[in-house]
Amino acid sequence: MAEKLKVELVTPYKKVLSEEVDEITANGALGEFGVLPGHAPFLTSLKIGELTYKKDGALYHMAVNWGYFEVENDTVTVLVETAEKADEIDLERAKAALGRAEAELKGLTPEDKNFRIYEAALERALIRVQVAGKAKL
Amino acid sequence: MANLKSIKKRIVSVKNTRQITKAMKMVSAAKLRRAQENVVAARPYAGKLAEVLERLAASQEADANPLMVQRESRRALLVVVTSDRGLCGGFNANLSKAAERFIRERKGEFSELSLMTIGRKGYEFLRSRHTVRKHHGNIFSTLSYQTAALVAQELIEGYLAEEYDEVYVIYNAFKSVMTQDITLEQLLPIAPKDQDNEEQGVEYIYEPSKAALLDELLPKHIEVQVFKALLESVASEHGARMTAMDAASKNATEMIGKLTLIYNRARQAAITTELMEIISGAESIKG
Repeated sequence: MAEKLKVELVTPYKKVLSEEVDEITANGALGEFGVLPGHAPFLTSLKIGELTYKKDGALYHMAVNWGYFEVENDTVTVLVETAEKADEIDLERAKAALGRAEAELKGLTPEDKNFRIYEAALERALIRVQVAGKAKL
Repeated sequence: MANLKSIKKRIVSVKNTRQITKAMKMVSAAKLRRAQENVVAARPYAGKLAEVLERLAASQEADANPLMVQRESRRALLVVVTSDRGLCGGFNANLSKAAERFIRERKGEFSELSLMTIGRKGYEFLRSRHTVRKHHGNIFSTLSYQTAALVAQELIEGYLAEEYDEVYVIYNAFKSVMTQDITLEQLLPIAPKDQDNEEQGVEYIYEPSKAALLDELLPKHIEVQVFKALLESVASEHGARMTAMDAASKNATEMIGKLTLIYNRARQAAITTELMEIISGAESIKG
């Protein structure tokens, strides 16, 4: 299969990725999905989660925060608020954030205004730890 | 001459001032470069988001989302973005004046017009003249997407709670180091772009659904617009300060030159008088 997907991943701070990849998977609003070259035009929102792409046989992992995912004509455009490559993640910090979020959540009820905030923080931290772990494989 | 000493003092004081303005110029130059990079870095995101939004909105009914509905009543909110600190030439004054002009000229259109200020300078200028609904100070020192998003969310909440029906933002857009463009934009309601659907032939798969995507995308669009406005303003501020400080340093140098000339002239005059006194004294002794 000679065809490739052209991926552009941008955040408000910078263009993180601009590459040709073989395959890309992400965590969409309705669950995880994968995209191969030749995919039909597709637009979805992304949840906090992991984004994986395959290039020349190697897998790359990224932790992404809320965003959009668009496929058109073998061009993938991903808009996310934050994106971190697996080897860029500071595992210690992510673990510390995880601990903090957990501790905060314990003292809160789901009705609390801050509950959602810490829940999201917990999710983000979890994904970061998970993705960072894969960098070493 | 008695004022030799006072001229000398002036020279020293002007030199000190020049030192400060020069240092400020350097700092601004460094900050400007960073701010400029941020502006450039945020552009692709804003651009792509606008693209996706257009495609979505084009195929939707105009009143698909409350953020796109033009309401009957017209109570407006003007967001004025200035800087927290002064010493940047006409940066804040020009913007405040432009805001004044907007208020004066378009007051008739709206049934009510209130203000939100971002940045201390604009707040100080406008608060005595108009009702400032809300003021955000000190957000530039810790400017990030998150802070911009908070401001945007506040705007959206107020809009949805029908505290106001239209939101405008006025800020200094970064043109180049020397020039800032005062820009007025309508944030809310989001005006759907009039475009003919010639090349909209591609059928997309939408997940979860078009309307749900639009619901999520529109607030993000506002956030990005606010973020962009703040970034532009910061870059402009540093540009303006850099030019102002450069001009101030040049003026100081010029002034030092002039004062040195006066000083030397006075010194020479003093020496001549002294010499004359000595000679005439010697003459009188001789005689």
